[in-house]
Amino acid sequence: MKRANWQELIWVVIIVALAAFWPMMVNGYWLGIGVDMMMYIALATSWVLFSGPTHYISLASAAFFGVGGFIVGTGMSDYDASFWSMLALSALVGGVLAALIGLATLRLSGVYFVIFTLGLAEMIRNLVSWVQNNFLGSRGLYVLTDFTDTHLYWMLLATAAAVYVLGWIISRSRLGFALRIIGGDETVARHVGINTAMAKVILFTTTGIFGAIVGAIIAPRWSYIEPNQVFSPQLSFFVVIMALLGGSGRLWGPVVGVIPFLLIWNWVDANFPHQSILVLGLAFLVIVYFLPHGFVGRIEQLRAHLRSRS
Amino acid sequence: MIRRSLLALAAAFTVAGTSVYAQDMIKIGAIAPKTGPLAGGAVVTQWPNVQLWVEEVNARGGLKVGDKQMQIELIEYDDKTNPGEHIKLAQRLATQDKVDFVVAPYGTGFNIATAPIYGKFGYPMIAVSAITDKADELTERYSNLFFTLGTTTAFVDGVKEILIEQRDAGNIGNEVAMVNVADAFGIELADRARELFTEAGFEIVYDKSYPLGTPDLSPVMKGAKDSGAKAFVAWSYPPDSFGLAEQAIIENLDVSVYYSAVATSFPAFKGAYGNKINNVLGAGGTNVDDPVIAAYRKAHMDVTGKTADYWASANTYASLQILEQAIEGAATLDRGVVTQYIKDNSFDTVMGKLSFENQVSKTFWSVGQWQDGVFRGVKGSNVEGAVPVRAKDGWSE
Repeated sequence: MKRANWQELIWVVIIVALAAFWPMMVNGYWLGIGVDMMMYIALATSWVLFSGPTHYISLASAAFFGVGGFIVGTGMSDYDASFWSMLALSALVGGVLAALIGLATLRLSGVYFVIFTLGLAEMIRNLVSWVQNNFLGSRGLYVLTDFTDTHLYWMLLATAAAVYVLGWIISRSRLGFALRIIGGDETVARHVGINTAMAKVILFTTTGIFGAIVGAIIAPRWSYIEPNQVFSPQLSFFVVIMALLGGSGRLWGPVVGVIPFLLIWNWVDANFPHQSILVLGLAFLVIVYFLPHGFVGRIEQLRAHLRSRS
Repeated sequence: MIRRSLLALAAAFTVAGTSVYAQDMIKIGAIAPKTGPLAGGAVVTQWPNVQLWVEEVNARGGLKVGDKQMQIELIEYDDKTNPGEHIKLAQRLATQDKVDFVVAPYGTGFNIATAPIYGKFGYPMIAVSAITDKADELTERYSNLFFTLGTTTAFVDGVKEILIEQRDAGNIGNEVAMVNVADAFGIELADRARELFTEAGFEIVYDKSYPLGTPDLSPVMKGAKDSGAKAFVAWSYPPDSFGLAEQAIIENLDVSVYYSAVATSFPAFKGAYGNKINNVLGAGGTNVDDPVIAAYRKAHMDVTGKTADYWASANTYASLQILEQAIEGAATLDRGVVTQYIKDNSFDTVMGKLSFENQVSKTFWSVGQWQDGVFRGVKGSNVEGAVPVRAKDGWSE
C-alpha cells in the first residue's frame, strides 16, 4: 500500500479527534448546528459511497432515514425496547430493505432510477402508516431518552467516521475497482466479467444501513415521531445537493459541501427567514454552472495547477 | 434644505432613542409553523393570538414586573413544520437572542421535542395545541411543561357520551361508521375510540382509514353511506375535515350524528359550506354567550382582522394570559420563580379560572357543534355554558 493512502487515514483520525471536542467549545445553538452538520455529513458521505462511483442519483435517503426513526419510535414507545437494540434493528432493516430494493431496481438506469427512489420514501411512508393503522394502533411514538445533543453529536460523528473508513476500504478493494469500471461504462464492465448487479446492490445496501442508523440516532432528538416528518422528501434533496456541492468524486467531498451549505443556509434563515429555500435553488445553479465536480473538483484543479507551475 | 431635514431626522432619532432607553424591554420568543403542513392550523390558532396579546399588553403600557413597566419585544421564527428546524431555532432563541420567555410551540410533537431544550434553560412552556394521553409521564419528566387542551381519551369520551345520548333518544342505533386519517393523532384517536365505543355497546360497522393528503375522499364516504349507520365519526385533520364534509353533502349522507375532528371549528369551515353544515359536530368548542369570550372575539377581530376559531384560539390566548399574570405576580424575570408561580396559583383568563394539577389544566372543551352559524361547546371538562346536542337533519341550506 502506498504511503499517501495511509496519510489520508491519518488525516481522518486527526480531524475526527478535533471534531469530537466541538461540544466542549460551543454553546447550545452551535452545538445544534454541529448535530445537523454531522447528520448530513454521515448521510451525504454514505450517498457518495454509492452514487460517486456508479453515477446513480439516489433520492432514497429519506426512506432509509425514516425507517430508522420509525423503528426506534415504535420499539421504544410500544414495546419498551432499549434504544440500542432498536438502533441495531434499524441498521438490519435498513440494509435488508435496501438490498431488496436494489435487487429489484438497480437494473433501471438514469432518470428512471431517480424517479423510483423519489417515490420510494413516499411509498414507505404510506406503508408504515398503513401498518401502524391496521396492526399496531399506536398511541403516538414517544422516544424519551436522557441523551443530550452532545451524545447525539458524538454518535453521529462516529457514524460518519465509520462510513468514511468503510468507503476508504471499499475504494481500495476489488469491489471499488469494479464500481469505478461500472461508473465508466457499464457495458464494458459486464463484458470483462464483473457481476455489475451484485456490486451495485452491495453498495446500495451500505447506504441503506447508514441512512437507517442516522435516522435512528436523530429520533431521540425529535422525541415524538410522526411518519410525515421522518419521511420528508426535503431531506433527500438536501443530501444530494450537499454531496454534489462538495463533489461526489472524492469521499471527503460531502464534508466540504455540507459545512458551507449549512452555514449559508442558517445565516439566510436567521436574516431573511422566508427566503431560505432560495439557497437550495441557488446551490443547484452554482453546481450546474460553476462547480460541475463540486468544491472537490475546483480544489483538485487548483492543486494540479500549482503542481504544474512548480 | 437638506441640512434642515437631516436635523429633523437627527431629532427624531433622539426622541425615538430616549423613549427606548426610558422603557425596559422584555423579550418573548415564539416559534411556530408559517409554512409546511401545520401552517394552515398555526396561522388560524397560534399566530393571531400571539399578535393580539403582544399588541394589547404593549398598548396598556407593557408588563408590570416589580416596579418596572416593560414593553414586549416579540422575536418570531418559522419552524417550517420541521422538528429539527424548531430545535435549532429554540437554541437560537435561548442562546443568541436570549429571550426572557417563550410562547409554547404549535403541535403535539413540537411541544414534546422542545421540552428538553426549553427545560434546560428553565423556560416554562404552557402548551396549548398538544393533546396526549401521556401527559402525566411527560410532566413528570419535564417540570417546565404544562398542558391545557385535554387528553386523547377526553376527546373520544366526549363523542361517546353524545352517541349514548342520541341512542337513548332513539335518533341512532348501535351502528357507527368511523373513519380516520392514517397519521399519528388520527390513529391514536381511532384506536382509543374502537375500545371505548365497543365498551359502550356500539358496533363499528364501517372502519376505514385514508392516508394524509388523500385528494379524493368519495370512496370513503360512499362506504360509510352504504353501511347504513346513522352515526358518522371521522378522526380527521384540516384538509380532510373539509373534504369529508364536501363528500357528505354530495352523497347526502343520511345520519343523525356527524362528527369530524380537527378544523371543524374553524370559521372557514362554515365559510366553505354555509348552513349545509348546520348541526355538524367537531372537536373543541367555546361558549360564545360568555361576555368575556365575546369581548375576546371582538378584540381578536379588531386587531388581527380575522375571526377567532371556536376552539383552541381562546385557549391559546388564555395560555398567554397565564404567562402574563405569572410574570407580573412573581414580579421577576427569574424563570424558575415564574414556573413555580404557575404551578401554585390560579389565573383569570378568557377561559375562566385556570389552574394546574400536576401541570395539567382540566378546564377545556372536547366537543362542539355548529348551531345556526355558531360553533358552540356541547361537551367539556369544568366548563360552563354547554348547550344540548341537536340531531343532524339533512344537508340542505
